[in-house]
Amino acid sequence: MLRFLLRRLLSGVLVLWLISVFTFGLFFVAPGDVPRLICGRLCTQTQINLITKQLGLDQPILTQYWHFLDRLFHGDLGYSYYNSESVNTLIGQALPVTISLAIGAAVLWLVGGVSIGVISAVKPRSLLDRAGTILALIGLSMPSFLIGILLLYFLFFLLTTHGMDWFPPSGYVPITSDPVEWAHHLVMPWCALAFITAATYIRLTRNQMLEVLGEDYIRTARSKGISRRRVTIRHALRAALTPVVTQFGIDLATLLGGAIVTEQIFGLPGLGRLAVTSVVRQDQPVVIATVLLAAVFIVLANIVVDLLYAVLDPRVRLT
Amino acid sequence: MSLLEVSDLRVSFRTADGEVQAVRGVSFDLEPGRTLGIVGESGSGKSVCTQTLLGLTTGAKVTGSARFEGEDLLTMTEDELCSVRGARIAAIFQDPLSSLHPLYRVGWQIVEMIQAHEPVSRAVARRRAIDLLGSVGIPHPAQRIDDYPHQFSGGMRQRALIAMALALEPKLVIADEPTTALDATVQAQILDLLLRLQQEHGMALIMITHDLGVIAGLADEVMVMYAGRAAERADRRGLYYRAHHPYTNGLLESIPASSGAGARLRPIPGQPPSLIRLPSGCAFHPRCAFAMDRCRTEQPELAVVEESPRHTSACWLPPDLLGTNEQVKEDRRAASAAGRGGVVEEGAA
Repeated sequence: MLRFLLRRLLSGVLVLWLISVFTFGLFFVAPGDVPRLICGRLCTQTQINLITKQLGLDQPILTQYWHFLDRLFHGDLGYSYYNSESVNTLIGQALPVTISLAIGAAVLWLVGGVSIGVISAVKPRSLLDRAGTILALIGLSMPSFLIGILLLYFLFFLLTTHGMDWFPPSGYVPITSDPVEWAHHLVMPWCALAFITAATYIRLTRNQMLEVLGEDYIRTARSKGISRRRVTIRHALRAALTPVVTQFGIDLATLLGGAIVTEQIFGLPGLGRLAVTSVVRQDQPVVIATVLLAAVFIVLANIVVDLLYAVLDPRVRLT
Repeated sequence: MSLLEVSDLRVSFRTADGEVQAVRGVSFDLEPGRTLGIVGESGSGKSVCTQTLLGLTTGAKVTGSARFEGEDLLTMTEDELCSVRGARIAAIFQDPLSSLHPLYRVGWQIVEMIQAHEPVSRAVARRRAIDLLGSVGIPHPAQRIDDYPHQFSGGMRQRALIAMALALEPKLVIADEPTTALDATVQAQILDLLLRLQQEHGMALIMITHDLGVIAGLADEVMVMYAGRAAERADRRGLYYRAHHPYTNGLLESIPASSGAGARLRPIPGQPPSLIRLPSGCAFHPRCAFAMDRCRTEQPELAVVEESPRHTSACWLPPDLLGTNEQVKEDRRAASAAGRGGVVEEGAA
């Protein structure tokens, strides 16, 4: 168990290091002249030289990378090239937005997807099952920007033009300043994200449940005289849930790295948007920070999922 | 009054290929404390028959009646069935490896069963579960109760399932091939255990198997099933020594030990019929060495072949041709030849 954890953490660190090297290297391979971008069209060579020196871009790449690592281990991600804000601050502002978005959506899609999946599996080929299947198909095939735009159109535009301004179109209110407004601003993005992701969970839960419901131990459970509800939830769903939990861990972690499209559509200043703007502006310190953070989430989620696996299934031994 | 009276039970399933007639009019009854063996090949309807009694067949069309202590199991609501299942009729299934929930402790699964039917505390139910595990021969039950099923051996899992089945002192236990998945030595132990527990608790037992040898030492009465119908029904002695139906005879001759050392096994030729497109007349006629013209067109009902003990067989052969000795076989062949319109030798029938 301890050995497992140690090994996984070590390999995780290796993965993160490789990612940092690639992201760092990519910046120097990619075309573009950052000092000129910052300085603007009417810049003198002296100014450009000054900026290059300030950003440390005149030093050899290895030295620059070493400085980056050195700062990283001191918990300092450097400064944005543009507004000289510290990257720590930028991430600190964007992370709560993304966490709020991801966790709210995750709860919605997990509860929604799993319950629809269970209902579908309990009554296969019923009207509810078919409705669930169609819903899942729509969710799977619809691009996330489309559902976002549709929600905006129906819930914001149409309602507002009819005098019912129930949903704000964009923006983020920190939960610390006003929890109600926080939720109010996030309802639409939550629904948009949950809708497209829930589809996977409907399919996954339904298929797993159908498989488990045919198992001998479900017949045993039924022959014991416990209620159908208890057989479905305690016996069948419990067994069907393991792969769902795995999928959930990875999906949530991916989302924590930033939901680029959804954040963009609903004007949420989260990690996804931060990543996109910094990539466009070649704001290297911010790019590396967002990429590394997303990678950390994935690496950690994988370890947590494997640990959970052993908790959920007593037959699994971690080695 | 009989404990269980099943009459004209019919079960069919609708599938993409057509209607599967799994059980086609089976009747039997069972007295308290007695053992009924149901024998047949896979697909003979023996498992479907008993699972239907417990309402465990989903999506099936069921007709007939099955009165248990006077109440018809087939017309019960799900709630009523839940109070019967486990408490009054318990079941033990074939594969102990897959019949226990892999994610719950063995003790938890027994406690759940007790608490589903009796308002006892967890601690009391657990105490009882430990006693039960001990009584079915699991060593150190107080420690093993917290094991997961994968920590048990196959025989121990079947013992645990038997303990669970007996937890509420049911009037009837249905054991569906309880030893098929086990090693031969363990098989004998499990059968002994079942027999001992039955004597201790006085419960009735329905033992389903494809192996006549398994019920030889166990059943008071035996029903042989073929293609969803009863082929023959007799007490144990009658069935083993004075079998009438050619299918029963075939089963007896395919038991290795009964043919004696060095003797050739005589398997029944052919395959069990499709339950979607059943043969006309007697469903066994395509595989029967004694088939007559009548067998292809008319389906025989169970008819008395021996008055005492009551012994019935669904076969058109003359009722007095009982047993497997050579003379009887000769007589059967003659009768069959006569039925096909052949010449009967004087005195042969």
